[in-house]
Amino acid sequence: MSKLFSDENKAAFSGPINLNNPVTVQVLGICSALAVTSQLEPAIVMGLSVTVITAFANVIISLLRKTIPNRIRIIVQLVVVAALVTIVSQVLKAFAYDVSVQLSVYVGLIITNCILMGRLEAFAMQNAPWPSFLDGIGNGLGYALVLVIVGFVRELFGFGTLFGFNIIPASWYAENGGWYMNNGMMVMPAMSLIIVGCVIWAHRSINKEA
Amino acid sequence: MKALRKLFDNIKPMVEEGGKFHAFRSLVDGFETFAFVPNQTSRTGSVNIHDAIDSKRIMSFVVIALLPALLFGMYNVGYQNYLAAGTLGDASFCDIFGFGLLAVLPKIIVSYIVGLGIEFVVAQWKGEEIQEGFLVSGIIIPMIIPVNTPLWMLALAVAFSVIFAKEIFGGTGMNIFNPALVTRAFLFFSYPSVMTGDDNVWVAQHTIFGLGNDLPDTFTAATPLGEAALGNGLTDQWSAFIGLIPGSIGETSVVAIAIGAVILLWTGIASWRTMGSVFVGGALTACLFHQTGVSPLSCVDQLVVGGFCFGAVFMATDPVTSARTSCGQYIYGFLIGVVAVLVRVLNPGFPEGMMLAILLLNLFAPAIDYCFVQSNINKRARRAIKK
Repeated sequence: MSKLFSDENKAAFSGPINLNNPVTVQVLGICSALAVTSQLEPAIVMGLSVTVITAFANVIISLLRKTIPNRIRIIVQLVVVAALVTIVSQVLKAFAYDVSVQLSVYVGLIITNCILMGRLEAFAMQNAPWPSFLDGIGNGLGYALVLVIVGFVRELFGFGTLFGFNIIPASWYAENGGWYMNNGMMVMPAMSLIIVGCVIWAHRSINKEA
Repeated sequence: MKALRKLFDNIKPMVEEGGKFHAFRSLVDGFETFAFVPNQTSRTGSVNIHDAIDSKRIMSFVVIALLPALLFGMYNVGYQNYLAAGTLGDASFCDIFGFGLLAVLPKIIVSYIVGLGIEFVVAQWKGEEIQEGFLVSGIIIPMIIPVNTPLWMLALAVAFSVIFAKEIFGGTGMNIFNPALVTRAFLFFSYPSVMTGDDNVWVAQHTIFGLGNDLPDTFTAATPLGEAALGNGLTDQWSAFIGLIPGSIGETSVVAIAIGAVILLWTGIASWRTMGSVFVGGALTACLFHQTGVSPLSCVDQLVVGGFCFGAVFMATDPVTSARTSCGQYIYGFLIGVVAVLVRVLNPGFPEGMMLAILLLNLFAPAIDYCFVQSNINKRARRAIKK
């Protein structure tokens, strides 16, 4: 047991969540972070999908790592990722159809997510399955964390809701005689780039030496 | 003036390092350098040449140049309100101007408090001298928005643009985009219904301290550009030239803006190359669209309505965000004019294209400069090799 949760394994898991976050430090996976974060629910589903796919792709590649010929490793990695993405996409369509419609092509585009290929190349090809699994979970959650922060801000100020429930009182709105109005720019992808920038800014001011 | 000097001399020790009010150092510093040209010399030790006029004095001249348009804008705000209520004949000049003043003043105050507040905090935090750039932006911002813009939106937009368009790039003189236009762009994309929308944003609708008239909620007044987007031509070119038309506060009057343009060109602060080529580019494109029947507005119409003049005179010529090389300024200005009219005519979603055109060309200004500087270097290198 102690071997399963050794310091190195813990670092493989916790590093990507904070100090080596794939989005805020390595600036990977930005495209989907911009595309699916206009509301909180798709952001969370997307984050979890990437977590699951990264974890299992890491495990599978790690198991195969000694048999994969070096020259075709990218193709092998892609096949594994594509298979997993297809499975996740089908599961979403079966059990969470509305969200999968909202996510539309972005579930399929997880195949091209830089975080995935990065982890496979940088970690799973050199490490045993269990640390690779932790690394995958950690990176997925680190990505999901940023997505949730961005999704939270965008949904709250862009729609005045969280998970579809009204947070900002209806009486505040201008059409009901109040003064408030939802910020249309929050709904646009441009604003999520700025929010991701702010998250990176905050993260780097907190962890100055990292 | 002497009393002022004395006042600053008395206050100064209090805000020095270790003084009682050190937290206000940047504030006092800022006001002192506005009032008096600082007598410090450069610290690098090498030989430097300074112009007699420093950037704070330049900014003050731009503000002076903006005043005619601002004052006229205030009058027009009152005029539009009384006109819409049908009581123009009974109102005196003081009523009309007073109403406009009361409607516009809160916007100017909010814009300055929020913008300068952030600048002072940043200057204090970084231990730098207060930067003067917001002096101009702060007065331009209220002039390029509709009179009915809520103050909280204005405050939010100003904060956004000062932080994200200016301080992030390193403050005054370092910004890529014109902060005043970023403020407007933020408002435009965040709250489109307040910035163009159902055309009831251009005329102040409520009485202020007994001045002005309450207008019914259903009242609407479209700008000439809004009408043009629907395919209607300009009916009254003369009032568009004078400026008694609905529009953003300071942009309507060509006459008032022309006075500002003369001040800017006479003092040499604005580049006549940029300013002129914006008009040339806009006029040629407008002619083209009018002749081919795409737009109901003629060449002159396009130039006198909307924010074209204001943008050409005060925004395109911003020395920080525009092209710096002489040839580059021709290209930069010309393309602003072309793109502005292009957006107006071809995109029904954006009746006014000046803001987008200037922001777009702000982005390309460094590239334009680079091309001309580089080609000049290459030319000289070839000449040197030949000899």
